[in-house]
This record gives sequence, C-alpha cells and structure tokens, in this order.
Amino acid sequence: MSLIHKSAAELGSLIGSGEVSAVEVAQAHLDRITEVDGKLHAFLHVGAESAIEQAQAIDDRIAAGDDLGPLAGVPIAHKDVFTTIDMPTTAGSKILQGWRPPYDATVTRRLRAAGLVILGKTNLDEFAMGSSTENSAYGVTRNPWDLSRVPGGSSGGSSAAVAGYAAPLSTGTDTGGSIRQPASVTGIVGMKPTYGGSSRYGLIAFASSLDTPGPFARNVLDAALLHEAFSGHDPMDSTSIDAPVPGVVEAARQGDVAGLRIGVVKEFAGEGYQPGVLARFQESVELLESLGAKIVEVSCPSFTTALPAYYLIAPSECSSNLARFDAMRYGLRVGDDGTRSAEEVMALTRAAGFGPEVKRRIMLGTYALSSGYYDAYYGQAQKVRTLIARDFEAAFHQVDVLVSPTTPTTAFPIGERADDPIAMYLADLCTIPANLAGNAAISVPCGLADEDGLPVGLQIMAPVLGDDRCYRVGAAVERALEERWGGGLLSKAPTL
Amino acid sequence: MSTETLMPYDEALERFEPVLGLETHVELGTASKMFCGCPTGFGAAANTQVCPVCLALPGSLPVANEMAIESTIRIGLALNCSIASWCRFARKNYFYPDMPKNYQISQYDEPLCVDGYLDIEIEGKTVRIGIERVHLEEDTGKSTHVGGATGRIQGADYSIVDYNRAGIPLVEIVTRPVEGTDRLAPEIAKAYATELREVMRSLGVSDVRMEEGSMRCDVNVSLMPRGTTEWGTRTETKNVNSLRSIERSVRHEIERQAAILADGGRIIQETRHFHEDTGTTTAGRSKEEAQDYRYFPEPDLVPIAPDPAWVAKLKAELPELPGARRSRLQREWGVSDLDMAAMHNADAVDLVEATVAAGAPPADARKWWMGELARRANESGTALAALPITPDQIARVCAMVAGGALNDKLARQVLEGVLEGEGSPDEVVSARGLQIVNDQGELSAIIEQVLADNSDAADKVRGGKIAAVGALVGGVMKASRGKADAGRARELILQKLGVSE
Repeated sequence: MSLIHKSAAELGSLIGSGEVSAVEVAQAHLDRITEVDGKLHAFLHVGAESAIEQAQAIDDRIAAGDDLGPLAGVPIAHKDVFTTIDMPTTAGSKILQGWRPPYDATVTRRLRAAGLVILGKTNLDEFAMGSSTENSAYGVTRNPWDLSRVPGGSSGGSSAAVAGYAAPLSTGTDTGGSIRQPASVTGIVGMKPTYGGSSRYGLIAFASSLDTPGPFARNVLDAALLHEAFSGHDPMDSTSIDAPVPGVVEAARQGDVAGLRIGVVKEFAGEGYQPGVLARFQESVELLESLGAKIVEVSCPSFTTALPAYYLIAPSECSSNLARFDAMRYGLRVGDDGTRSAEEVMALTRAAGFGPEVKRRIMLGTYALSSGYYDAYYGQAQKVRTLIARDFEAAFHQVDVLVSPTTPTTAFPIGERADDPIAMYLADLCTIPANLAGNAAISVPCGLADEDGLPVGLQIMAPVLGDDRCYRVGAAVERALEERWGGGLLSKAPTL
Repeated sequence: MSTETLMPYDEALERFEPVLGLETHVELGTASKMFCGCPTGFGAAANTQVCPVCLALPGSLPVANEMAIESTIRIGLALNCSIASWCRFARKNYFYPDMPKNYQISQYDEPLCVDGYLDIEIEGKTVRIGIERVHLEEDTGKSTHVGGATGRIQGADYSIVDYNRAGIPLVEIVTRPVEGTDRLAPEIAKAYATELREVMRSLGVSDVRMEEGSMRCDVNVSLMPRGTTEWGTRTETKNVNSLRSIERSVRHEIERQAAILADGGRIIQETRHFHEDTGTTTAGRSKEEAQDYRYFPEPDLVPIAPDPAWVAKLKAELPELPGARRSRLQREWGVSDLDMAAMHNADAVDLVEATVAAGAPPADARKWWMGELARRANESGTALAALPITPDQIARVCAMVAGGALNDKLARQVLEGVLEGEGSPDEVVSARGLQIVNDQGELSAIIEQVLADNSDAADKVRGGKIAAVGALVGGVMKASRGKADAGRARELILQKLGVSE
C-alpha cells in the first residue's frame, strides 16, 4: 500500500520507528497534491518547501532519539481560517488576500508541537459561511466522489483533501455543521468537539459562541489522535474549558457499544430527507442494536426551531466579528486615493472585499441586533437556544448518545443550491442543535445512498465533555461496517 | 468662533434651574491592558505597545484582566455601590478607525456596580451625588488629525492613529441626574470631579492625570425654567480635561442655553467640545437620532461572577477614603469647617498632613502652606504641590522658629531661599546669615548705638513713656537687618535704661 493510503496512526508509527522518513511521507503527499489538486482545488496554499523542512526537522529529532508523539511527522492539511505565521491566511475571502499573520493560532501551535507537518491551507466558504465551499472567493472545491458535486462546507477543502488522499488528516471548524456535513458527504470522519474543548485563539471568528475547531480523518482512531493533539484548555481563549480532554483515543480504540443506550432523534426524519440517507441511517441503528446497544426513540421538539435560531445568532455575531475588516490595519484597501475619508474607504473596501453570502449574513445580523428588534430576534433566538440545551439535557437522562443522519441529503451538484440560500441552509438541519447547545458530535461514514452511490454520514451526539462517547460509538459502527464492506468506505470511491 | 449670545450667569440662574450629569472615564493603572498582556505606560513611541489582540488582528481573542475587575469592584465599593453577583461584558458596535475591532468591549445593561453615592462638601455643606453605575470597558486608540484648522477630523488632510491606548482598561462612572444645585452647579461639578479624583488616588487604582487623559469628564447640562419640573434637553460636553474646565464649561453651557431658551429657541441634543482658550463650547455630533450601538453580550468572554466573600474582603480592606480622612484630620488639627474646606480647595491637605507628620505643629503647617506658600504658588501659577519645597523642609523651618533660631520674618526669607534653589533651610540660613542675633555682646553693641542715635526716644522711655520703646526696638531690628530677637532686644533696652514694666 502506498504511503498516501495509510492511516495517520500507521504513518506515525512507521515514522517513529524509522521505517519511513517524515520527508518521504511529506513528499508522497505533496506529489499527490500536485497530481489531484488541479481537479479538487482543495488547497488555497501549498507550502511544499516548509513542509519538507518541518518533516526534516522531525526526522532529525527522531534520529537524535527524541521521543515524539504518535502523530510526529504525519502530514496534515490546515483549514485556511486558522492563522499561520509561515503561510498566508485568507479565510477564503478577498478581504484578506495575501495577509500574512504575525502569529500562530493555538491549534496551529499545537499541531506543530505534536510534530504534524502542515502541507498547506485548505479552501473554505468565505469566513466559514456556507455548506459547499461555493462561497469561497477563490473558487469551489470539488468532491472526490464526483467532481461535479460539492465536498460540503464550510470545511470543504479539508474534507476533499482527506477523502482525496492528499492528506491523512486535516483541521476544520464547525459552527453549524461545517465539519460534520463535509465529512458526511465525502465519506470520512469529522468531529465537532464540545464547545470550548478546543481553542478558538487564532481561528478567524465567524460566530464566537458556536465556532469549534475539530479534526477530519479517514478513520475514527486517526480523528481521535488529532483531536487529542490540539485540544485542551488554552488561557488565550476565555471560553476554553479548563478540564482534561476526554479520553477520546482510548474510546476510539475501545469501540464497544454493548449496554449503551442510544437515542434516535424522532424529529430528524421524514420530508426533505433523501430515502437513501434514511435507509443507511436505519441500517446503522439496527447495526448498533445488533452490537448490543439499547435503542430508544427520543423526542427533542425544540430541534425543529434550531435552524431559524441559528440564522439569527450566527449572523448577529458575525456582523460584529467581521466589523474589524475595515482596511485600516491589514488586508484589502480600496479607494484610498487621497480624496476619500476613512469611512468611505471602509465602505468601498467592505463592498469589494466581502462576497454575497457574507454580506447577506452581516445584514441579517445587523438587523437582528438593531434597537427595537433585538428582543424579537436575537433575544428570542437565545431563548430557543436554552430550550435546545434543555432538550439535550432531558434526552441524556434517558440515553448515552443520540443519533441521526448527519445531513438530509448526499453531496449536491455544484450550483444547485447556490442561488437558494434556504435550500443551502437545510444541509445543516441536523447538525445545528449540537452547536447551539455546545455538545460534542461526530459524523462517521455509514454507507452509500442507493439513488446516487454517494456517501451517507451517521451523526452521533454526546453531552458536553462527552466527546469520548462519540468516538466509542463511531469506532464500533466503523469496525462493524468495514467488516461488512471488506474495507473502508473510501475504497469504493472512484479513482481520481 | 461662534457669535452666539450668552445670558449673564446671574440672570440665567434667576430664570432657569440647571440639572447636571457627569460621566467620568478613569483609566486604570493596571500594568497590562484590559484584554491582553500589552503594557500601559503613557508616552511610549506610537504603536509600540500593541499585539494581535489590541490591534484586533483576525483570530485574536480577549482575556479579561482580573486586576481591572478587582479595581472596578473596589471603586464601586468606595462609591457605596452594590456589586453585581453576575454580569457580562457587552459589545458596543460602531465604526471608527481608532477602535480596532469596530466594537468596544464595554458593559451595557449588566454593569459591575450600581446604585451608589459620593458625598462632596461645598461651602461647608455636604451634597450627596447619586452614582447610577460604574462599569468596566476598554479605551480606544488615539487619532491625530493632521492639517485643517480645528485639529478635528473634519477638514483634516489626513489622520494617524496610535493604538498604544487601545485596550487600556477604562472605568466609566455615571452619576444620577444632579438636581437642586441652583447657582452652585459649576462648583458642584468641579467638587464632584475633585472628590472622585481623590477617591481614585486613595484607592491607588489610577494616576488620574486629567492633563494626560487618564481621567476625563463628559459633562451633561440641561436647564428648566424656574417653577417647572420637566427637565430640558441636555447637551454633553465631551472629554473635559481639567477641574477648572469642568467648572467653566458648566457655567458656559448654562449661559449659552439660557440665552437660547430665553429667545424662544430649542436646545439641540448634541455633544459639545470645550475650548480652554475661550472658555466656550462648540457643537460636536448630534444625538437627536440616537445612534444604534447594537449592544449584545460579548460571546468571547465568560460572565463575571465575583465571589461575595471576596467582595466582602475587598470592602473590608478599602483604605480610609478622602472624606473620612478629612473629617479625622480636621478633628486632629482642631480647625474650623471653613479652614478645612480652604485647605481642601487649595489641594493643601496632603501637604499639611505630611508637614505635621514631619513634626510641625498643625497650626504652623497650615499657616505656611495656606499663607506664604499659597501666595507664591498663586503668583507663579503653579500647583501648591509643585512648588520646589517639601513638607520636611517646612517642618524644619517651623522647628527653627519654635527653637528661637528664626523669627517669622527670617523664616519667610528662608522659604524664599529654598524656593529659589539655594538648598535646604539650614543651608539657606547659613548662606544668607539669617540666624537671629541673640549673642549678648553683639546685640548689646547694636542697642548702645541705637540708644545713642535716638537719645530723645531714650529719654522718653526713661521718663516713663514705655510705649516709646517700640521705636527703639524698631531701630535695633533695622540695624540688625531683622536678625535680632525683638523680644530679647526690648528686654535689654529697658534694662539698660533702668526702667521696669
């Protein structure tokens, strides 16, 4: 098996034992990027030289006898929404074209500390606003399963990179489903940790109270290893939880659901759900039962109001978070010809630098926070948020985890929903509740839909700081399904 | 300059009643900024005390400065406020180039401290100023508008921004509307700011240097016609930066608003700028249409929930506050209300206290600081505390007078010498030769000479007109160039003339 098809855990142990060098592994992936990224456009920036340098440094340390972690020397693709001191950081926006941050995000710093080799920065919907990467100012990313379809979003570059074997691991951020939905539609594993479990410092903010960094991988254990590598308390992020990282790696290795109570969310089925998605989901539930789990149907009535609440809270926060892009200190500057006021330059820059979806959300949020509307919109949405958290709480009195399809449909064709924001927003219908309540949730592949032969994801939701349960159940499903399929789901993907 | 008319103050007060409100911003003297680790020192080269957080680089996040929260709670306690058991920061959204995030992290409907008061003394009476709220926020950067006539952004060629100040912790203290001040409104406004400044100093939370902007007042003034109860439209004079300017700006606004109202005009709700040179205010930004700041709870920060036991401890550990201290000192020094008020107004209380601590009797310490030294400070236009003389030096002079080495006249010359940089009091005494002449021989010789030169006067004394001795003593003082001990000279003259009283 070629290096690019190995798991991160395997690569880590091969590099650690000196059987292969980190440089060889990095080079194999850089070659793969050269080979396929013309088709996928998963990367906005490839740092070939710096990747080889980082890999060489790891090789040197291993040669010197340093005891490095399980992922030392393993390549990773990094979502271009985390600041990186040695690579441009754009958040997929024209307004940050060419910006070189003077500091590393905490996640970036921890990737480096774990010895991960950063190959480059991946494409995303502008400022992580979208479900398809079609909102990127730098062009759409394509789904390795079908190049005419989207790879999900906003972390679509990261999902495509991992599904397309351009990297064994990648980072994402999940605000309303931006890790789980792309993982689901590209047939890989994507985890949204508990809010506050991973640091937001250096993550270019979309919606502060929702944004959560998380891992992508081709299998559950790799995702857990990456999760463990960059998570944990960060004093630079006040909302970061000061508690030990849940035992995610151990849970991923355990992968046992016997005696576990698993709740099926009643509200996430029916109209709008693709039959093939529901069929695979139903099979997964039966599979879990056959593995010894107790299946319970659970009602979470407020989940049906999560989507509208989300589309008030997230835009409200973004309207404020994105105010700093004003041409004064960094990034794009338009119209500064000596005749215009600072205010005019700000307005021209923002008009030219932000794409239509970002503008739509800034306007939505500005309106929702306006005096006289605040209570009706933002205030009301916060109440819904409380109700959702209560539904979760009540559910977790009955069950250990909740399951649902990750997304109502498989990957949709590029352009299909580009002019229909509401249809686009529906892609996150099942993922948003976990963001609003801050819970942990993972998406693992559970098969291909009969209609289109495209991947379907199973979402497993756990309580706050119950991240290990996601991995435990995810690993059990993965093991049983791979046994049934005779390999990973991605082995069924067409060759690029 | 505007050509607007003013109504003389006395007439304005006859016809209208003022209502005041003060919003004071105090920069806390914490070592680091409110939400990052940058230093806060004043006067550093532009944009050298900045980092990703206070420049609002993409991805950066605030972390609240715990010392700033503690200082704010202590301020709230000193101002007799209730301290919130749970409150949040809020974002105040508006675009301005000197505000890096284009929102200010502040507090909105959940301030840290509410419902307090500050007692001030004015003309020997205590006036209680209600404190509505004390909240914590961050300062903005500082814009400098280059070119143009006014130094304001309108008409400037370009503007430059220094972000060193951006993110310095700022406490905003808002009074309740102050009614019933009558004609003392300007003095009350000034006395409030003075007292507040002293509270800050005694807490040690800020250097409260108004000239450097570490304490700034926004002064709200409105007028209502006498006999009515509905408040008029107010104006807000922004960032007044000296105590005297606070007083002058209130007076000016009263005179200006009164003229407009008396003429049937309407006060425009607006911000105004005070001009030190002319003592007038000019219009700033209209507030007729309330700006929508789209406040919402700051999602990047966790709520503040001060432990009640900690708050109680902070309260117990508050230092003696200025009002209480003045009452104590007044008792200890045995001075009248008016004398105490005079010392307070002259910023002399600390100096007198230090002089007393250095060993001088309170009456003497007060006499020198409020007399000779106040006169000299006034003449040279400097603050009393800025005179180049220390309480220790005053105490030394008092000791020399008490010991008979100096009389008051000589003491004044010693002080003059010290102020002119001639050294310590002892050095000035020896350099200028200012010791009292009490050497028996030298004094006797001078007296002999004076008696010889004034035989008429000497005869009168001999003849029983003892009152005539004054002229002889005066002659001795003159001949000794003031260095003789007048009492001793008198005794000796009478003795030499064989007269007893």
